[in-house]
Amino acid sequence: MTGDLLDLTAAQAGQRVRAGELSASDLFEAWRERAATDSLNAYRWVADAPPPEIAAGAPLGGVPVAIKDLFCTEGVPSAAGSRILEGYLPPYTATAVEQLAQAGAPMLGKTNMDEFAMGSSNENSGFGPVMNPWDESRVPGGSSGGSAAAVAAGLAPWAIGTDTGGSIRQPAALCGIVGLKPTYGSISRYGMIAFASSLDQAGPLTRDVTDCALLFRHMVGRDPLDSTSTGLPEEVRLPDQERLDGLRFGVPPELTRGGVDPGVAAVFEQSLRHIEELGGTLEEVSLPHSDQGISAYYVIAPAEASANLARFDGVRYGLRAEAGDLASMYEDTREHGFGDEVKRRIMLGTYALSSGYYDAYYGRAQRVRTKIAEDFRSAFERVDLIVTPTSPTVAFGLGERTDDPLAMYLSDFCTVPMPLAGIPAISIPGGLSDELPVGIQLAGPAFSENRILEAAYALEQAIGFDGSGARG
Amino acid sequence: MGAAPVADALAERAYEPVIGLEIHVQLSTRTKMFCGCELSFGEQPNTRTCPVCLGLPGTLPVTNAEAVHFGLMIGMALGCEPAPRSIFHRKNYFYPDLPKGYQISQYDIPLARDGRLGDIRIHRVHLEEDAAKLVHAGASGRIHGAEASAVDFNRGGTPLVEIVTEPDVRSAAQAAEWLRLLRVTLRQLGVSDVNMEEGSLRCDANVSIRPAGEATLGTKTELKNMNSFRFLERGVNAEVARQEELLREGGAVTQETLHFDPRTGALSPLRSKEEAHDYRYFPEPDLVPIAPTEEMLERARSALPELPAQRAERLESDMGLVPDTARLLAFRSDLGDFFERAAAARVGDDSKAIANWIVGELVANIGDADPADTKLEPESLAALVGMVREGTVAGSAAKDVLTTLVAEGGDPAEIVEAENLGAAGGDELARVVDQAMADQADAVEKIRAGNDKATGAVMGAVMRATEGRADGAEVQRLIRERL
Ligand SMILES: [Zn+2]
Repeated sequence: MTGDLLDLTAAQAGQRVRAGELSASDLFEAWRERAATDSLNAYRWVADAPPPEIAAGAPLGGVPVAIKDLFCTEGVPSAAGSRILEGYLPPYTATAVEQLAQAGAPMLGKTNMDEFAMGSSNENSGFGPVMNPWDESRVPGGSSGGSAAAVAAGLAPWAIGTDTGGSIRQPAALCGIVGLKPTYGSISRYGMIAFASSLDQAGPLTRDVTDCALLFRHMVGRDPLDSTSTGLPEEVRLPDQERLDGLRFGVPPELTRGGVDPGVAAVFEQSLRHIEELGGTLEEVSLPHSDQGISAYYVIAPAEASANLARFDGVRYGLRAEAGDLASMYEDTREHGFGDEVKRRIMLGTYALSSGYYDAYYGRAQRVRTKIAEDFRSAFERVDLIVTPTSPTVAFGLGERTDDPLAMYLSDFCTVPMPLAGIPAISIPGGLSDELPVGIQLAGPAFSENRILEAAYALEQAIGFDGSGARG
Repeated sequence: MGAAPVADALAERAYEPVIGLEIHVQLSTRTKMFCGCELSFGEQPNTRTCPVCLGLPGTLPVTNAEAVHFGLMIGMALGCEPAPRSIFHRKNYFYPDLPKGYQISQYDIPLARDGRLGDIRIHRVHLEEDAAKLVHAGASGRIHGAEASAVDFNRGGTPLVEIVTEPDVRSAAQAAEWLRLLRVTLRQLGVSDVNMEEGSLRCDANVSIRPAGEATLGTKTELKNMNSFRFLERGVNAEVARQEELLREGGAVTQETLHFDPRTGALSPLRSKEEAHDYRYFPEPDLVPIAPTEEMLERARSALPELPAQRAERLESDMGLVPDTARLLAFRSDLGDFFERAAAARVGDDSKAIANWIVGELVANIGDADPADTKLEPESLAALVGMVREGTVAGSAAKDVLTTLVAEGGDPAEIVEAENLGAAGGDELARVVDQAMADQADAVEKIRAGNDKATGAVMGAVMRATEGRADGAEVQRLIRERL
């Protein structure tokens, strides 16, 4: 039974439940048992009881979903990968998680992640790194590494994560699955423990593009609890196009040349051939400011994080260090509760916002951000979608980049410009290089998710990637 | 405005205080600034809270539309220009009363700016959220030296409007006087309880002094915690005197924040740790800008009542009231409303007399109560004042009639009739005067000798005999006639 279920995509499993061929509770139990076998450290918590009755005909059919640990879930540990929130039980549930439960996707478990979503390897988790199911000596990517590894390893039918500078797309690429970072505002951020508020966006991590569209459809929506949420102007369609006729694809040299490993470049080239074979056209488009994306990102995101993380002060919840006076209590709590990378970014952000430096750092980064958004706008006057590798490399070894933060930061250079511009992008598996998955990224204008999903679906059919190698 | 003694003294020494005020007003919206919690009025600690105002991880603020509406009303009432698009910033600092580690406030683009109230220009009006309340156990009552501290988050997130004036105030008395005008204006708007003792109206003052007549500004200090009009006046006076003495002794004023102790009247510097902040302001990414639509502006505009300053002006120019009376009626809108209803029922040119009766006899009678809550009808008051003018009832008797009207209501003419309070006159009064002059022969001699004051004795006798029903001027005339 379990073996059969593992071969089904989430959409297929949901269909069987709705057709009465499978009971939602059997399905949940099978996945629960499967998740409990996790040996990758992908989960922080696995449901120990079946969910309340799934409504008959619920559109997601009772297929359970793994939730990144930074979504607050009522009465269930939600630590965002940080020791400072160890044991914290939120009194409420994030809007996106609530919507999925309503649609018939109950929570299967909470997945491991880089502390407060700060990282590209999952090695910054306060609770130990996650291993890549394709090669357990390698990282799954980050920060949604637990979600990506769980889906790739068949420990979850599908999962949700969050993307700030690449935190859905890069681990999806490194684990050989599909990950969508939607348009900023399309999904409510209410209940997501904030890293960088102007960039954070939730999204699905799934085995294929159809699952991605289906899960995404039930995550979007304007939320009165999030004033920056907009929802999507149109219904999310399940993709069915197998051709790319008439679609123009832009290839930006800035994100496809220097720094991309030859093996990744080869798979990327292959994808470009597929695009042409499917009737799409290729065109070089320039994103002249995207090479400054990493610099701008590593000012803006830490600046916002330095404020977002100020609330972890030991006064109301989470860790509190015993100390003689208020200042020492603050200092000791944060000294012991936060990991090195989090402290590094808090310091960066605090510095960037300091009086006398604000304009030179934060102000300038915001101006770069505007330029990057303008680059995309003018590119999308000429092309429908932009195609790049998702990550310049395949999954790297555990510990390989931990002593070199700059090298680690550079693993995001293909994924950082899109959140800076607020636009959507998907990563799909393009093939293998040295037995490790390579991700292909498709980006489009704001709210063009349907176009992206259609193109990704057509490309996915042509590529025919087989991810079963990672499912034990 | 009466100049305070200290200001007078300074003028002799040729120093001039330059004072700007920063006022925080708690808005009386139904819910908090960024969450759905109802505002708290002395409930058990931490019962008016939710994940948002406790700053729990993952929560987001949502701007209270009613607070924006009130803010726009205040901006307009103070003659400010509302910004087409104002934004919130995060003001970052660590303190236990600040659950997010930052306060959401407005910074470089406030809700409204550049206005005026009375003589004082308004620099800006902006929206922000209040901090929670710290309760310190221990002798100091402040966080330093406290044995333990507890936080009550009921107040946290209460909507605040901060009003900042230009440094146009020139004395402590003027500061207190102007703050009273602001308070009555805000009360008239119905946007706040504006109670200084309870903290719904708080005032800080920036104080500096300079040689009189010079345009440059001296170094200023910021005075906090003056939670009554009296304390504001005392605090500013004390600080002006302190700076004066410093300069006279050849010292210099240092820029610092001073805490006013109402028990001792002393000013003490806040410790530098409480003061020295780099707030690292940056735009709040969780909120969208406030861009008032024409509908929002119109709604705020049409919600504006006539404001006290305008009303005082109108009562002076249209009704011919003297400034003090006009202001009293305008600042107490219940009296003003009663006055206008009575004046509408008046006969002839009685407006000023009616106003005097209200601010004099009526207030003496009812104190702070609203005259509309008594049995007195404005029309009855107008009728009574008319009877006094016509001489059908004497002033002193009319006061008794008023007391009856306040307590029991009724028609003044009927009361006068029933209680025999009609003015004594004719033969009756002539006989009483004759009798009184005969009884007070000594006094009459003195009057004849040129001592006018002696008239009082005769007058007193007449009043006693008529039980106050006699008109004083008529009695005077009858006495003169008989000398
Ligand atoms: Zn609340």
